[in-house]
Amino acid sequence: MLAQFLQFLFSGVTVGATYALAALGFTLIYNASNVINFAQGEFIMLGGMLAVFFAQMGLPMPAALALAILVPAVVGVLVEKLAIEPVKGAETVTLIIITIGASLVIRGLIQVWLGKGTYSLPAFSGNDPIEILGATLLPQSLWVLGVTALVVTGLWYFFNRTLYGKAMLATSYNRLASELVGINTNWVLFVSFAMSAALGALGGILVTPITLTSYDVGIMLGLKGFVAAVVGGLGNGLGAVLGGLLVGVVEAMAAGYISSAYKDAVPFVLILLILFFMPRGLFGAKVTDRV
Amino acid sequence: MTKSRYFGLAVIVAVLLVLPQFLQNGFHYDLVIRMAINAVIVLGLNLLIGFAGQISLGHAGFIGIGAYASAILTSHFNWHPLAAMAAGAAAAGLLAALVARPIFKLKGHYLAMATLGLGFILAIAMKNEGAYTGGPDGMPVVPMTVAGWEIAGEKAWYWVMALVLSISVWASLNLIDSPFGRALRALHGSEVASQVVGVDVVRYKVAIFVLSAVFASIMGSVTAHYVGFVTPNVADFFHSIELVTMVVIGGMASVYGSVVGAVLLTALPQALATFEGWETVAFGAILMLSMIFLPKGLVPTLAAKLGRSE
Repeated sequence: MLAQFLQFLFSGVTVGATYALAALGFTLIYNASNVINFAQGEFIMLGGMLAVFFAQMGLPMPAALALAILVPAVVGVLVEKLAIEPVKGAETVTLIIITIGASLVIRGLIQVWLGKGTYSLPAFSGNDPIEILGATLLPQSLWVLGVTALVVTGLWYFFNRTLYGKAMLATSYNRLASELVGINTNWVLFVSFAMSAALGALGGILVTPITLTSYDVGIMLGLKGFVAAVVGGLGNGLGAVLGGLLVGVVEAMAAGYISSAYKDAVPFVLILLILFFMPRGLFGAKVTDRV
Repeated sequence: MTKSRYFGLAVIVAVLLVLPQFLQNGFHYDLVIRMAINAVIVLGLNLLIGFAGQISLGHAGFIGIGAYASAILTSHFNWHPLAAMAAGAAAAGLLAALVARPIFKLKGHYLAMATLGLGFILAIAMKNEGAYTGGPDGMPVVPMTVAGWEIAGEKAWYWVMALVLSISVWASLNLIDSPFGRALRALHGSEVASQVVGVDVVRYKVAIFVLSAVFASIMGSVTAHYVGFVTPNVADFFHSIELVTMVVIGGMASVYGSVVGAVLLTALPQALATFEGWETVAFGAILMLSMIFLPKGLVPTLAAKLGRSE
């Protein structure tokens, strides 16, 4: 009983950590620009696929992984420069369609370049499972959780203790006021797209040894990251992380105890329930619309 | 809307009457029929997105409801196709009515997320209830019969869809010019202001959502009978996106824009099919470019260039 529960919990928390990284990516961009970047899932896919590609080219693992984070970051900046900046202030629908267009371009290019195959990465430190109270935990899961924890701490430090981070926070509160005190808000947009793409890619790399990757995994991962971001209250960093873990755990529990066929539906049922009863997410600010 | 309100409709009817002269084979007919089906769905969706200002990223779910209601009720329960189509439309309308109130409390990205979630759940259910739906492989659908006449072959379907499309355009034009349509446009402009002048905002949002869901469901049934086969792909997230894109590229809040958007984006994948493997890239690039350079959509932009309202 307990062993089974723990088993579901472990797998839920592991996948949930990836959703959390994707959700943080959504949050960063949303805060900086009020854009929901529907291409976020493609950065997760890019991370995994590029890591496999660079590793197969014979690059040493650390270099391959670094490149697999760097390239998506550059792609993220390109998306911002070429597609988001030209339509500043456009309607929500327009922005949603532009980022969906960007995701199709990225996915299509990878499909043409690397094909439709399914790939995997070797686990970072072996495949010998660790036994805990009858349940098993893959060492790779520890990597996912450890790196996610590091990233979250790093981001917290960045936003609360550094000038650059505070400049980004200021921009998210009030763009005009930030410009008046001399913050380069274009730079902020630039950095937030690079950071969110890198975060997504990192999540994609970490989880590839466990879940495999192919050119079309981006949609589902991205949407679940989006669910996590909304569950946590869009724009709330801590909420994004908790939302990611919650979505992952609920999904794993539902798959284990109810039906694995409906696993992918679970996050969407969860999001509908939360939105119906708490329209601003679990950790969203209580904002009143002023008219 | 001026006296020329029906000018565009007259053009559409004329084109539909003359078009068969230029259609050389079944493939051409097939393409035009698909364009017309999409156009009717997009007309309904544009009432919701363009006129009322409420996005739906899960509309393909309603198409799926219609398609599967037709497929399941006719083959497992021997219903008449028209009865099955009506049942599907009723189910889609009922579901839309049930979820509309909680959903339309939401705005912007939250609304997008909720409708997206609804569509996903519907699509996953269609994939998983294999005993009834044939699972991911789909299931065959019997031909449509109306008063003993079996609609079969591209030519018959062409004339049916030409009629349905013309009526839908006419109905949409009248609807948006009615008090109902003015109320919709008012709540798009400012919900608060329309409430102040006595528009029951919630009621109108629910009504237009139900109406567009029923449009979509009926066209789902039509697609199922026309193609003779249905798979869960009809309810796919990507299909929902295609429909929203048709609305936006043709022009939000433009009846003729819906038709133009549906025609162009239905033809696009065919035109791109020659670029083996590159069609996804091209499709995405065209979406981005048209949004960046024609944010108002084709028809309103052209209409403005020609210096007249639609």
